[in-house]
Amino acid sequence: MSKDFSQYSNPEALVSTEWVAEHKDDENVVLLESNEDVLLYETGHIPGAHKIDWHTDLNDPVTRDFIDPEQFAAFASKLGITPESTVIFYGDKSNWWAAYALWVFTLFGHKDLRLIDGGRQKWTDEGRELTTDVPTPTPSTYPVPATRNDAEFRAYREDVLGSIGKAPLVDVRSPAEYTGEVTSAPGFEDKEGALRGGHIPTAASVPWARAANEDGTFKSREELEAIYQEEAGVGKADEVIAYCRIGERSSHTWFVLQHLLGYDKARNYDGSWTEWGNAVRLPIVVGEERGEAPAR
Amino acid sequence: MTSQSTAAQTGGAAGASAAQPSAAAAAPLAEIFEEFRAVPDQQRLKLLLDYANRLPELPEAYRENFHQMDEVLECQTPLFLATEFRDEDRTAEFFFAAPEEVPTTRGFASIIQHGLSGQSYDAILGAPMDIGEQLGMGRVIAPLRLRAVSAMFGRVRRSVEGHIS
Repeated sequence: MSKDFSQYSNPEALVSTEWVAEHKDDENVVLLESNEDVLLYETGHIPGAHKIDWHTDLNDPVTRDFIDPEQFAAFASKLGITPESTVIFYGDKSNWWAAYALWVFTLFGHKDLRLIDGGRQKWTDEGRELTTDVPTPTPSTYPVPATRNDAEFRAYREDVLGSIGKAPLVDVRSPAEYTGEVTSAPGFEDKEGALRGGHIPTAASVPWARAANEDGTFKSREELEAIYQEEAGVGKADEVIAYCRIGERSSHTWFVLQHLLGYDKARNYDGSWTEWGNAVRLPIVVGEERGEAPAR
Repeated sequence: MTSQSTAAQTGGAAGASAAQPSAAAAAPLAEIFEEFRAVPDQQRLKLLLDYANRLPELPEAYRENFHQMDEVLECQTPLFLATEFRDEDRTAEFFFAAPEEVPTTRGFASIIQHGLSGQSYDAILGAPMDIGEQLGMGRVIAPLRLRAVSAMFGRVRRSVEGHIS
């Protein structure tokens, strides 16, 4: 029995694998596969899906920032996307990188963005068709967005500093990163590290994967409310900010807060711990306690 | 990158022979570097995929341990590494395994396997640490992820260092 997406705040933000199988060839549907493993798409993907590489396609090659509206328009045009397209993202690792790509598209104001519930894993586990044929898109003319809407969906470190004690923060890293026992993610010991370990004062610890079931699909709304609203104490706040190490795991949590639970202003702090834990004079709490807002 | 190291010692430890000249012994790896640098960026990914597909099957003797491979936690990529040392000619052989879902890890493991397995201790320890850069993958793969291959190679080196020290 397929899951009822109407339980979520924005039922339009998710599609099932069944839906994709039926609609993937629709004219206004564009499928984008976004993986951590840059070769996975080449080993086989959903027929018609294009590859999107979070590193080379979405990031500015020099400054630590995302592409600008002109670059976005050029990229979208190349893939044949128009502002009316239904853009469906999916990928490995319970849609980590798919959620990240979806979040970046959100910054440019594209309206119809969706994730495949369960991502690549669910599609392959169900034995659905994969191909190594790379589609050749017919280029479109995507108008250059007037702005990259960072203010609404993206938090900078100043925003986070100003939110301590005022708006809930959700730290989605592993418990050992949260307490400060380690300064990088398990398995990433020699990279993406920080000089200092710990977490941003007042942040609740909710490792990102708690939002997903074993099969990579999202948990039910009831389960998600119990985790974020109650346990993490986000409650009915107007604003909430999620962060991790470089902003990819927290994109997954941002998707939950924004689309599944419907917080008015959910933002992703993509600077995350690689910025905070390396910055001079920013407050840090070590250990399991969330900690207090520092006296100003 | 996590792995299990299984140091299976074969052959007698007595009478270690003289070290082979490292420049000659590291030739297979140098050839792989050449092969990658000779093609444009996007083809390097295809080449890496070729290597991923050519990662040799794990020998029967190790298959049982393979199931004890570390679980995927956070962004860890499970990788199995076993090393066999032959002290009589001071060479080491490597056996890698990684799941199909991580072709990049399989590709890099396969390059290390084809480039360094069976080579002399000196050649292995003398290989450059920045394998990813040597392959010219800098623009194709995020630098942060690229270090995974250095981490993998670091593990190979440490197993050899640990054995001869």
